[in-house]
Amino acid sequence: MIAPAHSSDPSSSGSGEEQRAIRVRILRQDAPGQESYWERHVVPYEPNMNVISVLQRIAAGARAADGRPVAPVAWDCNCLEEVCGSCTMLINGATRMACSALVDRLLEDGEEIELRPMSKFPVVRDLVVDRRRLFRGLEKVKAWVPVDDSYDHGAGPRISPEEQEDAYPLSTCMSCGCCLEACPQYVKIEPVRRDGEAPEAFAERRQGAFDRGFVGAHAISQAMLFNSHPTGKMIADERLETLTAPGGIQMCGNAQNCVAVCPKGIPLTRSIARAGRSATLWAIKRLFDR
Amino acid sequence: MAQPRVLVVGGGLAGLSATMRLAELGVAVDLISLVPVKRSHSVCAQGGINSVNALTRQQGDSEWKHFDDTVYGGDFLQHQPPVKEMADWGPRIIDLMDRLGVPFNRTPEGFRDQRRFGGTLYKRTAFAGATTGQQLLYALDEQVRRHEVAGRVKKWEFWDFLAPVLDGHGRCRGAICQDLVSMQFRSFAADAVILASGGCGLVFGRSTMSMACTGSAISRAYQHGAAYGNGEFIQVHPTAIPGADKLRLMSESARGEGGRVWVPRTPQDPRDPTTIPESERFYFLEDRYPKYKNLVPRDIATREIFDICVNEGLSVERDRPCVYLDLTHIPRQELDRKLHGILEIYEKFQGVDPRSVPMKIFPAVHYSMGGLWVDYQRSAGGGMEEGSPRNHQTTIPGLYAIGECDYQYHGANRLGANSLLSCIFSGLFCASGVIAGGEGASRTAAEEPARLFDSALRREQDRHEALLGRRGGGDNPYAIHQDLGALMTRVATVVRRNDQLAAAYDEVCTLEERWTRSAVSDTGNWTNQNVTFTKSLGDMFPLAKIILKGALLRDECRGAHFKPAFSVPGLSATDPVDRRREAEAWCDRFAANTERWLKSTVARPGADGHPQITYEDIDTSLIPPRPRLYGLVGADLIEEVWRERQASVAEGASRATVAAAAT
Ligand SMILES: Cc1cc2nc3c(=O)[nH]c(=O)nc-3n(C[C@H](O)[C@H](O)[C@H](O)COP(=O)(O)OP(=O)(O)OC[C@H]3O[C@@H](n4cnc5c(N)ncnc54)[C@H](O)[C@@H]3O)c2cc1C
Ligand code: SF4
Ligand code: SF4
Ligand code: FES
Repeated sequence: MIAPAHSSDPSSSGSGEEQRAIRVRILRQDAPGQESYWERHVVPYEPNMNVISVLQRIAAGARAADGRPVAPVAWDCNCLEEVCGSCTMLINGATRMACSALVDRLLEDGEEIELRPMSKFPVVRDLVVDRRRLFRGLEKVKAWVPVDDSYDHGAGPRISPEEQEDAYPLSTCMSCGCCLEACPQYVKIEPVRRDGEAPEAFAERRQGAFDRGFVGAHAISQAMLFNSHPTGKMIADERLETLTAPGGIQMCGNAQNCVAVCPKGIPLTRSIARAGRSATLWAIKRLFDR
Repeated sequence: MAQPRVLVVGGGLAGLSATMRLAELGVAVDLISLVPVKRSHSVCAQGGINSVNALTRQQGDSEWKHFDDTVYGGDFLQHQPPVKEMADWGPRIIDLMDRLGVPFNRTPEGFRDQRRFGGTLYKRTAFAGATTGQQLLYALDEQVRRHEVAGRVKKWEFWDFLAPVLDGHGRCRGAICQDLVSMQFRSFAADAVILASGGCGLVFGRSTMSMACTGSAISRAYQHGAAYGNGEFIQVHPTAIPGADKLRLMSESARGEGGRVWVPRTPQDPRDPTTIPESERFYFLEDRYPKYKNLVPRDIATREIFDICVNEGLSVERDRPCVYLDLTHIPRQELDRKLHGILEIYEKFQGVDPRSVPMKIFPAVHYSMGGLWVDYQRSAGGGMEEGSPRNHQTTIPGLYAIGECDYQYHGANRLGANSLLSCIFSGLFCASGVIAGGEGASRTAAEEPARLFDSALRREQDRHEALLGRRGGGDNPYAIHQDLGALMTRVATVVRRNDQLAAAYDEVCTLEERWTRSAVSDTGNWTNQNVTFTKSLGDMFPLAKIILKGALLRDECRGAHFKPAFSVPGLSATDPVDRRREAEAWCDRFAANTERWLKSTVARPGADGHPQITYEDIDTSLIPPRPRLYGLVGADLIEEVWRERQASVAEGASRATVAAAAT
């Protein structure tokens, strides 16, 4: 999230040969509710750069392509190795992680690199968006193992290698939100605080709005992860209840955009299909239980 | 106390496990973090987490051996009771994480699988694919989310800890923090503040650490009076992938699963490495360390790789030092099953498939053994007394430190896969003591007069305003950071020399001076990352000074701290009598050095802006220090002499006891 800049040693930036430049077009926005605008930047080319290092140079220079001093562009990052889920943005129109977007590849698409914030979440500033709703989804589906406590009760349940190999990929979901950005059913929800509205009241109203919207592929997949865990499944019904309520699985149109963009290659459509089946069975069971 | 309230700074493994345990014990927790806690640096840990287990136990392993490996690996520079306690808790912690749903790799029968890491001969390391840290962090994040939904925890994500609030008695009663979105300040009244803010890799510019690892929180605590321990002990990981923005780690598990380190015997051999015949490859670690081979402890692997490139000229490339880390002899399927995640990183960022082409790697700054000095209470059994408010308390009462930001467990060098354990352990273990520490107070922090918090808040606001108000045209903070990182990497990593350290100290002072004249390019008050970074850069200088001064004063070699001028060579004589005499002299020298230097470095902020360094004796009562001899020439003989001496000391001691009993 904090963004130091480092150019590689001067020795490695081609001595003598003509200095190549990378041109970048960024969709900026100063704060929520303000107009967005395009700004162009130029940074010297270095071998092996990714979009984060381009942004680091831009922050350090704080000048637009025309030489005008501008406020540094804001963006999110932390791990720089595609495992923390911070740096999602639209790069040349595609939703992906900035840290693993290599400049050399991007320049194969065209001369200029285009960066935009995700469109399904409220912009905080420039490329930084507010992904609170994504985390709310994890609360809704109770994405956890309901253990008694953190004291010693011996080992967890025995698990076969096959079960582990099934669960592990789902458990690598880094809450980046690429799947949500790509999903036609996940529509931006941006409640605005009203004049005189208390922060708590606003937070509650916002949560209500989030909860009526589609919960998203990532949360459905997490629900399936925990519904297949020997202890996690003890509250499987509660998760299915959420998935069959408004904002649940029935909103998914099965467009399968989500699985195509997940940087971790998580089998989301498999989770969605599984969730659909369990939800149907659960609904039938509930009908008979009444 | 009515309703105790605790502020936890940082939501990595340490902060989350403390939060979970505190919430369970009925304490209201405020949890603040620079990034959403699920995105904390702990997600980067790849290799695994150590503990004795059912399998190793039957091979002769025990908690005591894990403890012994940890202190031996750390060159005895840690108080032993907390380390013993941690090793004892290891099995319970792995079991707990297993119950929380961490998808540990499994054996065909469904038990947890284990691998071997450096510095031990047992397969002690449990792992979940190649993303063990991520999996552990998520399991804790999920539990904390559960407590949050139940109203026991309140998270403050995208918040920066700026300063502890101290009352008239110097007791910590809360903290001042800043919202990184609205840039608003807020004071948090807290009966205890627990710092779990992780490492300080950014002091070295580029490292294997994440961007939030600025060390700002611990530096701020230090500047308010908390002592700092063993700052000069910085672990450089032997195998990282050099990159412009970050030095990405290649986990030790690559070697744990059979990866071999080599260089071509012909310097800068231009051939495709896979075509270089065995006889023309130099497997220098296997050659020099026949017992541990590629799994020697980190400091040794680092120095060997550094040496082979820098001093022996055998780097694979001419203008960029690196060696091969080779996995190509292992079946692809096996690699994918065990190391998928880390191989993917290499492929993704280098564009080369490490399953068919040997990787190119070089050492990088990786971990800080040093950190805030913390106390502990020794138990009757030689461990740490659970529930004591002294455990993990800094020199500021009411202010605690856990995880990578404390100095407690790893001494002069950390063993692989021991950090995740120490983070979770310290988080779980400290909770009961933190609560007990608040119980004696006559009033809760919330009942403290408002002016205590108001004046602290105003100080931080003023500091912020002053930064924003700096005249334009000053130095660029990013450029200063780059200079600081390059300097620290050059003089304070693998090899240290006094002349360079002394000069570097002055240079850091100059850089700090330049920083006071630097200007921010964004003067707004909305998500101003520029000012946040500049602030944290200012807080890197005190840490850089602690590291440099500690390193300069410590005239010896210990663990990660290597000064060639003070290194003691192995034996050279061939005649048995001479050799024996040499070994005796070696042991004399070792004993004298232990007497002089087996002490923790303790830094306190001096009024003049320079750290004041004192030394603290170490509790080595459980395992007497012995020479760390990995790969030294004549190690066997030195060990023999040392053992004989220890035996006669022990005999003398027991004779004295008998004599005393007789009188
Ligand atoms: C690439 C890599 C791989 C590793 N692999 C292993 C391994 O296999 N096994 C092992 O045992 N160890 C490993 N380690 C070490 C281990 O990952 C770390 O030591 C450990 O995760 C640190 O955890 P932590 O909880 O102390 O801090 P972190 O996970 O670093 O969390 C720090 C927290 O503090 C917050 N914070 C920091 N400053 C502030 C501030 N000013 N205000 C508010 N919040 C703040 C951050 O936002 C974050 O939430 C590895 C380290 C690296 C770099
Ligand atoms: S399959 Fe469902 S969740 Fe995935 S993109 Fe389509 S509508 Fe969205
Ligand atoms: S499922 Fe994939 S795309 Fe969606 S949040 Fe998780 S990691 Fe990101
Ligand atoms: S910075 Fe962590 S995923 Fe890109």
